[in-house]
Amino acid sequence: MIVAERKTIPEMVAILKEHKKVLVLGCGTCVTVCLAGGEREVSIIASALRIASRVQGLGFEVSELTIERQCDNIFIEQAAEAIEKCDAVLSTACGAGVQAIAERYPLKPVYAGLNTAFLGILEERGVWTEKCAACGDCVLDKYGGICPITRCAKHMLNGPCGGSREDRCEVRPDRACAWQLIYKRLKDIGELDKLNAITEPKNWSASLNGGPRTIIREDHRI
Amino acid sequence: MENYEPKIIAFCCHYCAYSAADLAGSSRLQYPPNVRIVRTPCTGRLEIDYYMRAFENGIDGVLVAGCEEGSCHFKDGNLLAKRRVNSIRTVLAEAGIEAERLRMVNVSAAMARPLVEYIKEMVETVRKLGPVKIKEPVNKTSTGV
Repeated sequence: MIVAERKTIPEMVAILKEHKKVLVLGCGTCVTVCLAGGEREVSIIASALRIASRVQGLGFEVSELTIERQCDNIFIEQAAEAIEKCDAVLSTACGAGVQAIAERYPLKPVYAGLNTAFLGILEERGVWTEKCAACGDCVLDKYGGICPITRCAKHMLNGPCGGSREDRCEVRPDRACAWQLIYKRLKDIGELDKLNAITEPKNWSASLNGGPRTIIREDHRI
Repeated sequence: MENYEPKIIAFCCHYCAYSAADLAGSSRLQYPPNVRIVRTPCTGRLEIDYYMRAFENGIDGVLVAGCEEGSCHFKDGNLLAKRRVNSIRTVLAEAGIEAERLRMVNVSAAMARPLVEYIKEMVETVRKLGPVKIKEPVNKTSTGV
């Protein structure tokens, strides 16, 4: 799941201050689950913007709408009427959703109301942690299903670094040492011998270098 | 400003504060008439939206009165309410509403006098803060699409 965090109200006000009719557009998928930009959060943000407008005399006319998914044209259509009526859209989707709306409405200012943070999971109620760096060349098979790229502060493929203290990371003592977890898990599943192999440098060409990545499935194209 | 009388909503839990307010009445304890009491089945029932909408529509202060910690009729509703109140105070402050205008207190059904004191304190706090400083009037038609 994509995990994001709300920008502060003053940040949103600074972004929107040139506009009058503002639509706060929520997304019902990942950002709803991480409690950042779903219907409930949209309602709170819209309300806070109306209050800020009254207090600061900004003249905002704030409307709100949440659609199922902002990264999909079929769902974006449901927001067509509301987007037409407004001067600017404050999207509380992830970065992909914001850009999907902006591409679909080239003449409409579209702004991000959230800071998209990472791909992660709900660790416990109210706590989300990063689990995947979307590197494009998954190595989880070698490390017992624990990603050293994401979860080791030093991204070590041949760990551990030797700096961990009582299974805590030396860079962030509030985090578990990923290599301690990898060792324990491989031991538990009887695959400890995998650690004897030296891992070659990772192929990073599948990651962020060379511009945005594209996946094309010829069998699904029309 | 001298004649300013704040408007305050008190969300009172049915199992404690509402009964305490009732007891205050039958005990002839006076509390300021600025407060409008709204009964709620549990303070855990109160959505963040309720606080936001109250301020959006021109209320000067909101008092949330729930059971004492550990005594919630629904186990932990008052603790949920406490977290929500704390988190929304930050959003209110960001939007320009002083955090002191939203407060949560804990009372039992027998605590009529403390409830009256809390209400008096709240009215005084808000009176000192004055009305929410606004530059444009409330536009009640601006909600929704």
